[in-house]
Amino acid sequence: MNEIVISARNLTKHYRVGGGTLAGQGKVVRAVDGVTLDIRERETFALVGESGCGKTTLGRIMLRLQEPSGGQISYRGQDITALDDAGMRALRKKLQIVFQDPYASLNPRMRIEDILAEPLRTHGYGSAEVIRDRCAELLDMVGLRHTYLRNYPHQFSGGQRQRIGIARALANKPDFVVCDESVSALDVSIQAQVLNLLSDLQDELKLTYFFITHDLSVVRQFADRVGVMFLGRLVEVGRTEDIFAGPLHPYTMLLISAVPRADPRQRTRERPLMTGEIPSPMNLPPGCRFHTRCPFAKDICRTHDPDLQDMGQGRAVACHFPLNS
Amino acid sequence: MSQSAAVTNDLPEVIEEASFLRDTMRGFRKNRMAMVGLVFVCLLVFLAIFAPIISPHDPYRVALDEQLLPASTTYWLGTDNFGRDVLTRILYGARISLVVGTVPSLISLLIGTFMGILSGYMGGKTDFVIMRLADTMIAFPSLLLAMVVMYTLGANLFNIFIALALVGWAGVARVVRSQTLALKEKEFIEAARANGTSRVRIMFSHIFPNVTPTLIVLFSLSIPEAIMWESSLSFLGVGVQPPEASWGLLVAKGKEYLFQAPLVAIMPGVAILMTVLAFNFIGDGLRDALDPSMKD
Repeated sequence: MNEIVISARNLTKHYRVGGGTLAGQGKVVRAVDGVTLDIRERETFALVGESGCGKTTLGRIMLRLQEPSGGQISYRGQDITALDDAGMRALRKKLQIVFQDPYASLNPRMRIEDILAEPLRTHGYGSAEVIRDRCAELLDMVGLRHTYLRNYPHQFSGGQRQRIGIARALANKPDFVVCDESVSALDVSIQAQVLNLLSDLQDELKLTYFFITHDLSVVRQFADRVGVMFLGRLVEVGRTEDIFAGPLHPYTMLLISAVPRADPRQRTRERPLMTGEIPSPMNLPPGCRFHTRCPFAKDICRTHDPDLQDMGQGRAVACHFPLNS
Repeated sequence: MSQSAAVTNDLPEVIEEASFLRDTMRGFRKNRMAMVGLVFVCLLVFLAIFAPIISPHDPYRVALDEQLLPASTTYWLGTDNFGRDVLTRILYGARISLVVGTVPSLISLLIGTFMGILSGYMGGKTDFVIMRLADTMIAFPSLLLAMVVMYTLGANLFNIFIALALVGWAGVARVVRSQTLALKEKEFIEAARANGTSRVRIMFSHIFPNVTPTLIVLFSLSIPEAIMWESSLSFLGVGVQPPEASWGLLVAKGKEYLFQAPLVAIMPGVAILMTVLAFNFIGDGLRDALDPSMKD
């Protein structure tokens, strides 16, 4: 097995909402609520879950773009939660992010060359000439022409901008890249191109991806391992084939069954559907946080919160009654 | 990279360089009123600079035998109560009014932008202190504040700059702060943070260029405002002092002879009106030209 690149231990992120000097305590949103996770070198780990389950927050705190409320993140054995600003800044070379919205992620008033050169200058990559060459090389690497250095972002299409965003993330030869819904804003055909680019770059540059998405067909095509997140917590982790072949958590099962099928003969008339509303992260139910929507919930689920338990062969599930067992 | 190579083949060899300035000018030229305003302002600047060459009269020469003359071929707009040519005094007044219009606006823009970006980006205590300071400035009636400053420091041009900058920066800071707050949430700022870019650099090279369109519009709209302030202060006697000519002062002195020689008071007023209007048209035109959603 490859070395662990990033490991998260019991990460939490709580937001206080409402309240104030006079309004009292307010409520606490548990956006990320105790996530423990190891990501290994050169793998693509996909994090899936519905909107508002804390996927993006988890990705941000793993890069310390937001500070975790608790827990620990280590990069190759080094605790990065304890680093000061200067130490963290030096490490940012290795930890990068590709964003969701290619229209908001590039500064409209900067030329492509300045966008790409910024991380290089920040980390003292070399002389102006060396940096310019590197920018041209980066554009070539993501399948654009290096003659585009003097252009502005608004002169490019969404897919092209996303490539520029990828080039910027790769400028300092990172190790670990968070892709936050990086293809969700693109058309399906462009999506495929960008995914191919990402996987080519992974082979070439030995990258590790933390791929945040809600699109299960992308996950199936692209990821080595999958983590399923529900209301701030991982409910299932495992290899992609295993999870798609036999989900252990009822939530995973329901998610997978909700993927539209292109082949009409494969469609089944009866589809298990999720019922009820997703509980508010401000007011979590006691016991398993999925029990309000779970078709298999029993008494214990309403009182005891299941921990993520190892099921062997790299699988883990947080359920009192895992499926297929 | 077979896939990416295939994509490259469809790309144009070179994309024409875009220029922020050129795009803005293109939009601006379409606006007829703004162009009229621009031509007027250019003409005014030209006349103000070359006033000594253009005008055959001395703006300070007192000729008691030529008091309050009506318009004639020698004195196009007549003379005032000291026999000085009104048109010449208006031309010399344009010098002061234009300087007073631009310099304090620039100062308040500079201070306001700095404070606004700092306040919006740093947040927390910095934000609180700066915004309460701005609130305090705004809470005073501006004219009163400016008058107090002029009274305490004495009436001269430099103090007018200070008074007007003091009155103006808070408004600029508020606008810039709100823009900064919106920009701060954009992903490109987060990308810069993820790259390890320092906060000072983010404020300078990411936030500042994105508030410049607003600043240009604020600037063009604050010039007429400053001209009005100066006129008001001078009219009230705490601004520019005679025998210096400023438009507000000319109106103030001329009003005493409104019935004998109406041009003495009215023409500087017309000059103020037209200049303020011209700058406002330019400001509106710039606002439209700089707003990307208004393009084409």
